[in-house]
Amino acid sequence: MSFDINVLIDQWPAIASGAGVTIMIWVFGTIAAAALGFLLAVARQYGGLAVDKALGLIVAVLRGTPFLIQIFLVYYGGPFIGLSLDPLLAGLIGISIYGAAYFSEIFRSGFRAVPRGHIEAGECVGLTQGQIVRRILLPEMTMLVLPPSVNMAVILMKETAVLSIITVPELTATLSAIGSQQYAFVEALSALALFYWVLVEFTGRLGNLAETKLSRFRFFNA
Amino acid sequence: MSFKLFELLLQASIYTVTISIVSILIGFAIAILLSGMLLSLRRHLVLPARIFVSFFRGVPLLVQLLLIYNLLPVIGINVPSVVAAVVGLSLCTAAYQAENLRGGFASVPVGLVESAEMVGLTPGQIFRRIKVPTALRLTLPALVNEAILILKASSLVSVVGIVELTRMAQDLAGSTFLPLQLFASAGLIYLVINWIVALAGGLIERSLPGAPR
Repeated sequence: MSFDINVLIDQWPAIASGAGVTIMIWVFGTIAAAALGFLLAVARQYGGLAVDKALGLIVAVLRGTPFLIQIFLVYYGGPFIGLSLDPLLAGLIGISIYGAAYFSEIFRSGFRAVPRGHIEAGECVGLTQGQIVRRILLPEMTMLVLPPSVNMAVILMKETAVLSIITVPELTATLSAIGSQQYAFVEALSALALFYWVLVEFTGRLGNLAETKLSRFRFFNA
Repeated sequence: MSFKLFELLLQASIYTVTISIVSILIGFAIAILLSGMLLSLRRHLVLPARIFVSFFRGVPLLVQLLLIYNLLPVIGINVPSVVAAVVGLSLCTAAYQAENLRGGFASVPVGLVESAEMVGLTPGQIFRRIKVPTALRLTLPALVNEAILILKASSLVSVVGIVELTRMAQDLAGSTFLPLQLFASAGLIYLVINWIVALAGGLIERSLPGAPR
């Protein structure tokens, strides 16, 4: 068994591009998933019983089926209902919808944790529902939803690897191709594992740091 | 979509369930060992366990499977792909279960252990009769959750060439041009399996002694 780092150095433009695609999908996918999840949570909270039940069913389906199956449905099933997407777009949409289901549950538990009295007080002084969400719900639940949100961002980071299966040119696809073409699995796959490991650990640490900072902020304002 | 196709999917789902159950059980055995290492006071035991947990939780399962499947032959170990798949899933779930178990063991009330010491139980008896049952009771919900995660994650072993539920749906979609129906059916089967697991988990939880009424 030999380890020839030159194989990777020779291919650095392809690897850099793959890493760029991975991080791009992750960042945009996570932002879209969080935004969509927030809308879902708000709709379930304020949309009445029927909306709540219908959206609850969708969330249960998204959380109960593998991400790979969802991606296959979007990418291979899409054209049959007139929705032809290139792999990158299908991947972005897939990861956003998948993540949204989990984020909506995070936000819902955040909503529930805000004391009922604070919302009633807001209603009493004549705030609109929108203002109550922006001025009372959001700030108060930030501390509560931060740790599970960071966790979810980490999960989505790892799910980006699955997109290599529908030929999204991200890092997993790039490095496994280099591995099989040059017969350099050891080098390519170790670099791949190391990339994810470092990024996931880094994100986790960053999340912990944000938590500490925010809790201090809250302490001084209390 | 004909019933014949659905039947093929159902047959393939047996592989999904079998691989998941075997991996969960092997993972649990490794996790007990790991959680013991994590909770020990000896640094040369804690550190390797920490690195193991951090690695298998920090690297995507797909990458772990590719590593195991491609690297084992390079270092001269030729295993059938089903073994590579089970090894990958087991190591991954072991890392998560170890963290859960560590939390479970850490939250066994000190008073319970102390009173066991008072009545003269040996450390071995305290471990078997007090710590393990209490920790298991505390980690059961997390274990059910983990089982569902592994059932879903087992869809990834299709990449190392095992014809489980996802791979079967993929193969049939390729030959029949019915991707929408096939992937939706596969999704439905996953959903039903996970629903059964969640239901069974809830039943076991309620039937255990000391369950909240």
